[in-house]
Amino acid sequence: MVNEVMFYLIGAMILIFSVLTVTTRRILRAAVYLLFVLISTAGLYFMLNYNFLAAVQLTVYAGGIVVLIIFSILLTSHLSERAVIAPLKQSILSALATLAGATLTLMTILRFAFVPNTGVDPQLNMTDIGNSMVSYNRDGYALPFEVISILLLASMIGAIVVAKKERKIKE
Amino acid sequence: MADYTYTLLIPLIPLFVFLLLGLTGHKMKPLVSGLIGSTGLGISAILSYATAFKYFIGSHVAGTGYASIKGFEVSWLHLTDKLTIHLGVLIDPISVMMLVVITTVSLMVHIYSIGYMKGDPGFYRFFSFLSLFSFSMLGLVLATNIFQMYIFWELVGVSSFLLIGYYYEKPSAVAASKKAFIVTRFADLGFLIGILMLSFNTGTFDFQTLTDPNGPAIASAGGAAFMGMSVLTWSLIFIFIGGAGKSAMFPFHIWLPDAMEGPTPVSALIHAATMVVAGVYLVARLFPVYALGAPDALMVVAWVGGFSSIFAAVIACTQTDIKRVLAFSTMSQIGYMMLSLGVSGYGGEEGLGFMASNFHLFTHAMFKALLFLGAGAVIHAVHTNEIGGMGNLRKHLPITHITFLIACITIAGIPPFSAFFSKDEILVAAFHNNKLLFAIEYIVAGLTAFYMFRLYYGIFWGKNTKYDHTPHESPLVMTIPLMILAFGSVFAGFIPFHSLVTSDGLPFESKIDWLIAIPSVLIGVLGIVVATVMYKKENPLPDKVAGTFKHLYKWAYHKFYWDEIYLFVTRKIIYRYISEPIAWFDRHVIDATMNGVAGIVQYTSYAIKGFQSGRLQQYAFVFVSGTVVLVLIFVYLV
Amino acid sequence: MIQNIPLSYFLVISTLMFFIGIYGFLTRRNLITMLMSIELILNSVNINFVAFNRYLYPQQLQGHFFMLIVIAVAAAESAVAIAIIINIYRNFKSVDVENVDEMKY
Repeated sequence: MVNEVMFYLIGAMILIFSVLTVTTRRILRAAVYLLFVLISTAGLYFMLNYNFLAAVQLTVYAGGIVVLIIFSILLTSHLSERAVIAPLKQSILSALATLAGATLTLMTILRFAFVPNTGVDPQLNMTDIGNSMVSYNRDGYALPFEVISILLLASMIGAIVVAKKERKIKE
Repeated sequence: MADYTYTLLIPLIPLFVFLLLGLTGHKMKPLVSGLIGSTGLGISAILSYATAFKYFIGSHVAGTGYASIKGFEVSWLHLTDKLTIHLGVLIDPISVMMLVVITTVSLMVHIYSIGYMKGDPGFYRFFSFLSLFSFSMLGLVLATNIFQMYIFWELVGVSSFLLIGYYYEKPSAVAASKKAFIVTRFADLGFLIGILMLSFNTGTFDFQTLTDPNGPAIASAGGAAFMGMSVLTWSLIFIFIGGAGKSAMFPFHIWLPDAMEGPTPVSALIHAATMVVAGVYLVARLFPVYALGAPDALMVVAWVGGFSSIFAAVIACTQTDIKRVLAFSTMSQIGYMMLSLGVSGYGGEEGLGFMASNFHLFTHAMFKALLFLGAGAVIHAVHTNEIGGMGNLRKHLPITHITFLIACITIAGIPPFSAFFSKDEILVAAFHNNKLLFAIEYIVAGLTAFYMFRLYYGIFWGKNTKYDHTPHESPLVMTIPLMILAFGSVFAGFIPFHSLVTSDGLPFESKIDWLIAIPSVLIGVLGIVVATVMYKKENPLPDKVAGTFKHLYKWAYHKFYWDEIYLFVTRKIIYRYISEPIAWFDRHVIDATMNGVAGIVQYTSYAIKGFQSGRLQQYAFVFVSGTVVLVLIFVYLV
Repeated sequence: MIQNIPLSYFLVISTLMFFIGIYGFLTRRNLITMLMSIELILNSVNINFVAFNRYLYPQQLQGHFFMLIVIAVAAAESAVAIAIIINIYRNFKSVDVENVDEMKY
């Protein structure tokens, strides 16, 4: 019972705040609404008993990315600037495309009968997750781990280079 | 059987010279290009004389006739087993004779042109075209089959076009060359139809097979008929139409007077001695088929020839341009040759007309080339073509005068000069066959003497014209060919043609029939006397005669208005009712379709250009909606 | 907790969030708000992975790790995107997406 109420509450928060994110005219508020969406998603993960994932979500997404976005908003616009609303034609067409897509996807998903695995709730603890992350056995994820680290390195370097101020050529 | 493969060199040397001069001539000094051209022709001439000697004297067994030999043949285009087009060299009495004629006259013209065209900026171009023409004409006479002859026939037409339009900056020359090409091309349509009919009926192109008296051609004469004449007759008439076009027979004669716009050596080579006799050569080549298989076609040939000769002779009496008089004289003499072929039979004494026609071809080449080159020397000296601007030139141009006089006496048919013999044989042949044609030719002989001496007196005697600068005799390089040709026209009559060139290859006895010869000489002398009375000294007699026959004079002066008639037909009928609708169709339907296709493509490209707008959200929108549509199609509808 | 909530509810949420993100991407003019819409999309994908992992394959960890990888990729990509946006701001003096249309016909 409680679970269902919690679930409906969190689901409603997610949907409402995401709609607000994409429709509000104030940019900074859009960032804050995004933050709420991400926090609600973390709540959803907590409900599913995936504590580690929820923690990662909060740390990286809500803590890192949203802060980054807020910083960039502050760098590129002044506080009282209002976002321009797209022309009507564009809104209508994109709304239509979105609705069509959503309908299609929902129809496809809801028709399919997923067979849930009604087993015992597994207790995932950190040791298991950590072991499988660095093991290179059949169930190990050492390779994706290394690949991601390379990606992060590359993006870090790329971001620094791209955002560097151009050096003025001395006459 | 002797080996005649070396005769392949005779046409190939001028071809090589043409390519050499055409591609690199602009880098040479003019004199060098002239010498190269003349040397090439000289080698061909020597080879031709050697061939003639070898064929007629060297390898000849006395008592037998002259066979036609294939010196060389190669299969050029093999389409099916039945349809193969060969290229080769055919050695035959008439082809060897033509080799001698063509190379001699061409060599004389080459040497003459070194002097005549001096100073002209397109010197090397002239010589390259002359070599091209020589190659084409030699290929034509050496053709082994009728298709090869057609190829070279067209090549000769092209060379003539290039040479008549040599002064391409003069609009009249350009118009004349176009006219020549178009008229002869139109006649060649008949030629092509005739070739197709003939070869379809007999299954072969080859001359040796076609002219074989026991061969398929003659045998098909009794075959299918159309409107009273056999298919063979029709095909031969069509072939003759092609020949009539090239030989400037009525009604295809209109291009010949205008072709005088080309330089005079060109007129001498092409329009007097060689190209215009191509039609006569064609009939002579197919003569056994004409004589044995289609005598009706021979009648057509004879009457066309006879009518053309009197038509041209009447017009020539009134013309005032030297070259035009000579052009009509050519037309008239070729009429003689055609008529002679037309009244001839086949074999032995019957084939007198055939022999006489070829004999006259030989002598005519000599004296007509001489006349034209002499006229060229006169024009070179006084810088005008009109008789009215000349007079009393015998004091200033002695060598030209003597050689021109020799040629005029020859053409009048006075013995012992060459044309007497050849013309006499023609008259004899005509007399034995058709008295009316004989009468026509008899009158024409008199007219010929008359107008030639009118021309002669007008140039070299007559009034004492004042010249801007004293006319001077031409340089030696121009007078030596004149003298050589004069020698030829005097002594060529003594060549025993009756044992060399006959209709079936076998010799026959021929003697002078004094019953015909004496009247023909008399009418020639009469013509000379009348011309002397009227033109030797300046007097009002010519104007009085012209005034008496006012209408005839006017009509003859305007060449019987045939040019105007053709122009009318072309402009009012062909242009208006055929060419203009076709041009309209081409411009508005075909071009419109092409432009429409291009327009549609352009419009479409503008319309879809907007897809690449550079706007990110538009791309994303297309992406999303495209994915939705594809999913819809592949998941739900397929 | 999962007894009364069928899998399809999670999937509905994630689908709706996905398409709201797409709508935002197609409609918003500011580059940074477009970036936020992309984060929404990525987030919805994450929910999908986790839900499937929880309901269909509870013993295995593939959904986990894929979600971790997606988060890492999202972080990296938004960092680079913001760097580019800063650069665009320097050159065009605005972050309107309509100004960035040089690559056209």
